[in-house]
Amino acid sequence: MGHSARLLWEDLLIPGSFEYHRPASLSEAVALLGRLDSDARLIAGGHSLIPMMKLRLAMPTHLVDLAGVAELKGARLEGGEIVIGAMTTQREIIMSGVLAEHAPILRETAEVIADPQVRYVGTIGGNVANGDPGNDMPALMMALGASYVLSGPGGERRVPARDYYLSPYETAAQPGEVLAAIRVPKPPAGHGWAYEKLKRKVGDYATAAAAVILTVSGGRIASCAIGLTNVGGTALFASEAAAATVGTALDPPTLARAAAAATAIASPAEDGRGSAEYRAKMAGVMTARALKRAFARAAS
Amino acid sequence: MSPTNVSMTVNGKTVSAAVEPRTLLIHYLRENLGLTGSHIGCDTSHCGACTVDVDGRSVKSCTMFAVQAAGANVLTIEGMAGADGKLSALQEGFREMHGLQCGYCTPGMIIRAHRLLQENPNPSESEIRIGISGNLCRCTGYQNIVRAIQYAAAKLAGLEFKEAAE
Ligand SMILES: Cc1cc2nc3c(=O)[nH]c(=O)nc-3n(C[C@H](O)[C@H](O)[C@H](O)COP(=O)(O)OP(=O)(O)OC[C@H]3O[C@@H](n4cnc5c(N)ncnc54)[C@H](O)[C@@H]3O)c2cc1C
Ligand code: FES
Ligand code: FES
Repeated sequence: MGHSARLLWEDLLIPGSFEYHRPASLSEAVALLGRLDSDARLIAGGHSLIPMMKLRLAMPTHLVDLAGVAELKGARLEGGEIVIGAMTTQREIIMSGVLAEHAPILRETAEVIADPQVRYVGTIGGNVANGDPGNDMPALMMALGASYVLSGPGGERRVPARDYYLSPYETAAQPGEVLAAIRVPKPPAGHGWAYEKLKRKVGDYATAAAAVILTVSGGRIASCAIGLTNVGGTALFASEAAAATVGTALDPPTLARAAAAATAIASPAEDGRGSAEYRAKMAGVMTARALKRAFARAAS
Repeated sequence: MSPTNVSMTVNGKTVSAAVEPRTLLIHYLRENLGLTGSHIGCDTSHCGACTVDVDGRSVKSCTMFAVQAAGANVLTIEGMAGADGKLSALQEGFREMHGLQCGYCTPGMIIRAHRLLQENPNPSESEIRIGISGNLCRCTGYQNIVRAIQYAAAKLAGLEFKEAAE
């Protein structure tokens, strides 16, 4: 509910009625979705979906719970890719040794999502599948060049995170598809990384946030990718901001150019976090901060 | 949707009640089982007053359906004291350090702090504050809640906690 307006007490309700299903395998989950009507929804951690159901912004007639599908759990290395099962929780992301070693930005990001209770149950699959521009993981996945593995009646396909988000809550997934895993190309050893999130308090969605992955060679940036959170209808891939840094040693004029390029593509709504102008400006400020921290962390 | 039987273990006892799938765990605990220790503060997944322990995770029970916890091992504030009524170290800490005023947040705080101490028996002050950052208290200003948890950590380690409540 990154974009949601203020909640009023009288709007708060008990969720509508639904039938509950608990498949034990991915193929069973896909088959169930195929058989049930189009108002069936998947539930993972439920920490985006249940609040929406209480508000009756979501009224699924069937819930298909992925909690019993063991094959969707955990992170592992597979060749040059990190494969993260959709049902891996934010807490498991924080605790994962594989991720700490190969893509520590995942931990840094998971740590600024919500609060401890939410992180025990909220999953990375739910976070990227939800399609809320307030979710933190999509911008990160764009920066990392990750793809989502979608399992459907016709088999499996992969969609790059950079092509996945169409508009708020609208994604490239087809009805009946399950996001089974996230495949992240292993960032090169010595890469620089940072997730900078401006928020008002614990448990708040970002006023603006930026994810940066870069490599440095001979003191200059050799490659750079930037994703932005909650400053548009979807997470944004900031290719011009990133391109502005390549070949530089991140001198102050470069930082200013990259920040301006990030601000230029931001189109946030005005909300309790600030005016549209302020939030767009903060997209630039977060980009500059994340670039500086990533640059300092990179081996050159 | 017709009610179905949902069973789980709550505070060491096997329990069962016929509920609709849309029944939230907090309502199952409070209304079906009569365990009213866990509170509903916000109903919007923010305050943590409804926190219970589900299979070793601190969970906001207003944001989980009872069916999702079917078969799980659940701990609520009612399960913290010994069978003889002897307070747990955390309960004693909250009493000794004045970790509560109105008491509304306390059941959720204690259940959350319980899991925190299971995972990290000797937390720093900042680890405690981060650990309870999903639990809001509108009375105490948190100072004495932090002390209460430090008191319990010390007691569980067989040490004496020297600081006084504010
Ligand atoms: C108080 C609070 C604060 C929060 N703050 C933040 C924050 O700062 N940043 C942030 O990023 N998030 C935040 N969240 C959201 C939280 O991280 C959610 O857990 C997460 O967005 C969704 O994950 P979930 O597993 O709970 O998904 P669910 O709520 O179960 O599902 C979300 C949506 O994704 C779909 N879905 C789930 N899994 C799959 C799958 N495998 N394949 C296809 N579709 C799927 C569901 O059908 C549903 O439409 C917050 C939540 C709360 C309650
Ligand atoms: S009542 Fe559940 S978080 Fe407030
Ligand atoms: S003691 Fe009153 S809310 Fe915490």
